[in-house]
Formats: sequence, C-alpha cells, structure tokens
Amino acid sequence: MVPLGDLAAYVEFSRTLDLEVNSVAQRLAAAIVARAVPGIRDVVPALGGVALHFDPGFVGDVRETAAALVETCMKKGLPDADDLGRRIEVPVCYDAEFALDLAEVAEKTKLSAEDVVRRHAAGQYRVLMVGFAPGHPYIGGLDQKLAVPRRAAPRALVPAGSVAIANQQTVVYPYAISGGWNVIGRTPLAAFDSTRLVPSMFAPGDRVVFRPISRRVFQELLEHP
Amino acid sequence: MSIRILRPGLLTTVQDFGRHGHQHVGLCPGGAMDVVSLTLANALVGNPPGAAALEITVIGPELRFEHDTLVALCGAEFKGGFPHNRPMLVRAGETLPVGRATRGARAYLAVASGLAIEPVLGSCSTYLPGRFGGFEGRALRHGDVLAPNEDVSRERFAALKRKNGASVRWSAPPLTLPDREPIVVHAIEGQHHGLFDSAAQRAFYDTVWRVSPESNRMGFRLGGPPLSREAGEEILSGPTCLGSVQVPPSGVPIALMADHQTTGGYPRIAEIAAADVPRVAQLA
Repeated sequence: MVPLGDLAAYVEFSRTLDLEVNSVAQRLAAAIVARAVPGIRDVVPALGGVALHFDPGFVGDVRETAAALVETCMKKGLPDADDLGRRIEVPVCYDAEFALDLAEVAEKTKLSAEDVVRRHAAGQYRVLMVGFAPGHPYIGGLDQKLAVPRRAAPRALVPAGSVAIANQQTVVYPYAISGGWNVIGRTPLAAFDSTRLVPSMFAPGDRVVFRPISRRVFQELLEHP
Repeated sequence: MSIRILRPGLLTTVQDFGRHGHQHVGLCPGGAMDVVSLTLANALVGNPPGAAALEITVIGPELRFEHDTLVALCGAEFKGGFPHNRPMLVRAGETLPVGRATRGARAYLAVASGLAIEPVLGSCSTYLPGRFGGFEGRALRHGDVLAPNEDVSRERFAALKRKNGASVRWSAPPLTLPDREPIVVHAIEGQHHGLFDSAAQRAFYDTVWRVSPESNRMGFRLGGPPLSREAGEEILSGPTCLGSVQVPPSGVPIALMADHQTTGGYPRIAEIAAADVPRVAQLA
C-alpha cells in the first residue's frame, strides 16, 4: 500500500500488465465498494491495483485504514469475476472511411485487412480500466496476432468514437482528442454522456464484444442512438 | 434577479466542490481550484461552503446586477474597485467590473443563496474538457445571464453588523495569497520517487519551481531543471490524484490540478498535500 498524496492510497499488485492480477484488482474493488465505508469517496481499479480516495474530512490514517480494509476483504473472499460487470455490445463500422490505420496494421501484422477485422470482431474482451478521459476504456483480450505498437507520431485529432488498438489492448475514444493508437473502426455510440442515467458505457470488469455494422447502420445508430 | 455578463473576462466558470464518485469511469472531481477561497466567499454571504459560485481567472468579468444582490469576492486581488473578502450589497442596475488580478490568479464571486444551476452528476461544476456541467459546459460569454437560487440578499445584508454603506467595516484575511514568493508547499513522496536518480530527487526538493504560463485547470507545468529518470521500462498506467506531480520523458514536472486525468502512464515523483493545492492554484 503506497500513499497517493495524503487523501488516497494505492495498492499495486503488479508492475506489468497481467490479466489475472487485473481481475483480482477488480474483484477487490467490488468487495470494497460493497462495504460502503464512510469516508471513502472513490474506489478506482487500475490496470495492476486499486486506489482508494478519501474525503478530506476523514479522521484517521488513510494508508493504515486502506491497508486494513484490503486485508479484511482479501481474507473474507472476493466476489467471482463472472458476477462483476455487464456484457457490453459495441457496434463498430470497420469501413475504410473510419478505419484510418487498418491498412498499416494489416501490413505490420502480415494479415489481410479483412483478417484483421475478422480477428478483432471475434475477440472476447474485458474492460481492464477506464481512465485518461471520462468513459475511455482500456480493453484487454486482443488477439496476439494483432499486437502492434502505438503509432510513431500521434494523430493531432482522432475522431470521437474511434476504436483503436495498440500493444495488447483496444481503446475507444470518447471524444475527439490527440492520440497515438491505431484506428481500425468507429462506433456511433457515445462512450460517455453526462445526461445518461449511467453516463459511462464502459466500467471496469465489463465483458465486451465488438459487432461489425455497415455504414448504413452506423448512420442510423448515430441519428437514433 | 438576473446577473448579466457584459464582459466575460479571461476564464470565468461556474464551480463548486466538484463531482465525486466517478473516478473509476475516468471522471475526476473537478470543481474549484482554490476550495479555501470558495468556502470563504460562500461563508461571507451566508451560503453552505460548496454553493455554486463564479471562478474568475486573471482577468475578471464585468457584470450587471438587475436586482439587489449580496456578493463576496475572495481569493486573488483584482483592481476593478470591487471590495474584497467582505460581503457587499450590489444595487439593482449597478454594473461592476472585477478588473485584472494584481496578486494571485483566481477568485470566487459568491452570491447569497448560490447560483441557480442545474446540477449534472450531482454537481454544478463546469467540466471544460468534457463540455458539461456548470453553465452549458463552458466558460461564460458576453450576454450570458445567471441568477441566484433565492431572493435573500437584502434580508441577509440587513442582518450584518458594522455596516459601511453597501459593505461592512470588517473583512476576512486573504488565506491563500502568498506573503512572498517562493511559496513552500508540502509534498508526500510518490510511488515512483525511487525511479529517479538521487540528483533528480534532490533537485525536486531544492529547486524553486516556476509555474509556466502553459498551465491550466488540468495541470501546472513546472519550469526548472529537467528531472531525469534511470532508464527503465515504461511504468504501468496507474491512478493519479489532485496534486500528483508526474514527470514525462521530457523531464518537465506537471502538477495535476482540478480537471486532472484520473489515470496516467508517467512516473509520479510526489504528491502535493491537499491542503496546499489552493495556494498553488493562486500562482498561475
């Protein structure tokens, strides 16, 4: 348990990306949230650990309280991974108009563009973390054959809804922003909408499938979400 | 009861204490950069500490009040002639320019009963990167109209003691403005402190850092010697907090401020103590 300033603490289980460890972190976060401890305002599962953010009015030692809480939860047993998260279906149009880096990915992976799309859409994925921007998911479970590094030079503006891959993950851009991931498609749905009852489409632990759609369906969903 | 924006100033936004409980989906709390001055301004007009107010930055707005309105301005000092750190009853029809900051960078203009703003995700704060919250998710512009929640200004002003015309004879002290610079800020060793070589670690604590003009509500860039890290693997993206000091490969430290990203892949050498963030917020 390391301090994260004087109002938060962070327990990091792994310094490298490990899907098993990430799942434990998510189950631990769920167990802590279920205890509804007064004074804890945010429980944030990250790629390799969990951060607990406390209310400034909290009277007590933040790090000790966090450590004791984590120990209690681990001892009592964590909820099953299958019981966490929802199943999220993300419609994606992989047409050339949206798949800005698909040709480059195909070349780097020595696959045809159709193969890249097919492999991507066939994957079983899990949201490892949501961060960088509201609603921005880091999704694990990418086919090994599709592993490509981030682009040498980031794009000044990646269009909102872009679905992009790098290293072993997929991300979805909630709004237009600069980015260095390889864009292979676009979803018409908003990853984050502050007016929705559940504003973020993705939450840590959600299981994700990508459903290929046509340009026409993309347009329909864009106009009638 | 309206308050009309004649000139918006450099960056004037509606802020309160922010929206909590959403960091796990990437939304930071946001809210006032200097929560102490916001609290004080609200106290001076009889509001709960986190009532929605205007955060004013460096060049203040010019406002016309169509009704008698009890207001208070706390934080940075501005030269428009607006009394600071005390309640003041602005009369119906009066126009007040806040002016340019002469000391500090941000001030809060609170109105009695708080600004009437529809909350988004539990807060009236403006989240500029996401364009939601506050007044239409953006900085105020010429022609915008705001209003307080209730018409309590005259009654609250009447209850004040030791009045002096439209204001009072007393004032609150400016709690977050520096008496002199450099200001001393407390820091807690960060998770990745050990990844920096000993010269960099020493430099972090010995340097008088200058907050660069390329700073904003998301983060303050600190000018000084580059902090070098022992070459190693990229660190795994992890959580951040208000006041986290990240050091990207360039070696230029960035102190995360109110609208910070909730996770980051840059090493964190230290975190600024929460109680000192309001004072840092007055530097740029």
